[in-house]
Amino acid sequence: MSMSGNTFEPIVELMEETAPPTSGVVMVLKRLMRSPGSMMGLIIVLAFLFISVAADYIAPHDYDAANFEMRRAAPSAEYWLGTDELGRDLFSRLLQGARYSLLVGVISVGIGLSVGIPLGLISGYFGGVADMVIMRLMDIMLAFPSILLAILFVAILGPSLENAMIAIGVVSIPIYARLVRSSTLTVKEELFIEASRAMGANHFQIIFVHIFPNTLAPIVVQSTLQIAVAIQAAAALGFLGLGAPPDVPEWGNMLQKGRTYIISAPHIVVFPGLAIMLVVLGFNLLGDGLRDALDPRIAR
Amino acid sequence: MKTHGRVSNKRVLVEVNNLKKYFPVRSGLFQRISGWVKAVDNVSFHIREGETFGLVGESGCGKTTIGRTLLNLIPATEGEVIFDGRSIFQLSSSEMKKLRHDIQIIFQDPYSSLNPRMTVGQSISEGLRIHTNKSRQEQHEIVSDLLRRVGLRPEHATRYPHEFSGGQRQRIGIARALALRPKFIVCDEPVSALDVSIQAQVLAILRELQKDFNLTYLFIAHNLSVVEHFCDRIGVMYLGKMVELADREELFRNPLHPYTQALMSAIPIPDPRMKRQRVILQGDVPSPLNPPQGCRFHTRCPLAFAKCGEEEPPFKAYGDEHYAACWLLETGEPGASKLRPAELPAENVSVL
Repeated sequence: MSMSGNTFEPIVELMEETAPPTSGVVMVLKRLMRSPGSMMGLIIVLAFLFISVAADYIAPHDYDAANFEMRRAAPSAEYWLGTDELGRDLFSRLLQGARYSLLVGVISVGIGLSVGIPLGLISGYFGGVADMVIMRLMDIMLAFPSILLAILFVAILGPSLENAMIAIGVVSIPIYARLVRSSTLTVKEELFIEASRAMGANHFQIIFVHIFPNTLAPIVVQSTLQIAVAIQAAAALGFLGLGAPPDVPEWGNMLQKGRTYIISAPHIVVFPGLAIMLVVLGFNLLGDGLRDALDPRIAR
Repeated sequence: MKTHGRVSNKRVLVEVNNLKKYFPVRSGLFQRISGWVKAVDNVSFHIREGETFGLVGESGCGKTTIGRTLLNLIPATEGEVIFDGRSIFQLSSSEMKKLRHDIQIIFQDPYSSLNPRMTVGQSISEGLRIHTNKSRQEQHEIVSDLLRRVGLRPEHATRYPHEFSGGQRQRIGIARALALRPKFIVCDEPVSALDVSIQAQVLAILRELQKDFNLTYLFIAHNLSVVEHFCDRIGVMYLGKMVELADREELFRNPLHPYTQALMSAIPIPDPRMKRQRVILQGDVPSPLNPPQGCRFHTRCPLAFAKCGEEEPPFKAYGDEHYAACWLLETGEPGASKLRPAELPAENVSVL
């Protein structure tokens, strides 16, 4: 290497020692696996996803077939978790119910995301009057306890599982709007936004190319946590008789039905309750793990 | 006047006339405007094609604001900026977008200036995607060429900014600014955040690129020694005002304004035996929200007299293309504004 002219040559040499680029997903997974808690969360969530899809194939009984001779039977070799008040296999019904919980989680979070993210981006990026109007609307929604607001929506729309999903989704909009707004406020002050403006990018390009990708990490975390909240909320609505129709094996529904027999046949309430708890716990652990794994400040 | 001669016959590329930028200060429940920060107050200068115009001053003196206003990134309060014969504040947004092809900026902070979620190649080619419809292959070739020019390698295009050091990131920022082959680049303290050894490297790249692409630079800095080696003409700013403007050699040989003299005396000399007299300014820069009456520098000027606090000195030529704003120059005595430490009250000057 000649000394004259190429003053910056040595820096190039240094670069060769750095590792080849790793993709973001692989890096996040690696970091996730370092914590036993989030690994457990990941396993629970994956198992839950598998059950939701494969419930029909792994269930030992038909979830809807009543055996009136075996009503409220305690757990046994035949009925692993016992039977409900109509003699239907509780285990098969729980497996079937996972599908409803997953649907509730995904759809309500989807509604929250698809409305909340654009609102937050607009509010944070443009500021001024748009910000004022959007955020005051969100404040109004946040001022009510969310379950009360969900009940209100279901009361207007009529009780059904679909409406419960919509209600839970709508109630979560302000959470996303605020979250995205706050990240947007931080990101839009970064110099690369100014560089992009200097290059002639319009607002739309700046928001979608630069701002949105940089707000993703908190959104991912919030979404996993929100799935847990949605499942709980759907169960609560189901328990109040505002969710799925009575014969649907939705976990909240099952809780509500079993409530009558809480002394004589406690397994009818205990197992759906445990199922809800386990799945919510799984999503919470995963969400917490993701929060750490996605934080670049902890990057090693 | 060698450097001056090199460009003095070239046409003027950028002309700034009476530029003002006031930022409103809001307070109270209804966010009423309670005052104005006069970040840039009536500044005029011009930059010739192929020239490097240096802008120096303490932090908060408005030099960065001038850079941002020149690019129309923040709207000016008053005045005009003429680029290549066109007043940029009067352009429609589509004309402005076209003009952005020709004007680019390099930032001080190499960490915040690159999107952490975009690869280096994507960052550099962003302008190409906005202004042209070049194919992926063409974009790739341009990016590879630019990376080579700034001393990186084409394969670095697929990496992310966090894999690079500050100096390397700054060079990526330079490559990005160059992607559209601009005529004029605002360098906003491009080396202030870098180690001294890396500074020289980045400056060398900037100079080489200037030669290759016939670039015109507005070079903003707070370090006079960097400016001395890099700029053809230099403007010195204090609290939103231009206090002195001259050819580089002229400015360093014969600084007229006491503020410039104080800045010069702060340049370190790499010779421990060299004794010299340093002028250390007392106090802090006054708030631009409430700048002093008269000459803005009079509160800290060791040579201030009554008139300085009453009336603002005119910014006019005292010699060949050498402008300054100081009442001492108006009194007519040659060398009146020279700081002679021996004559000064002891508390204003320390001799090192």
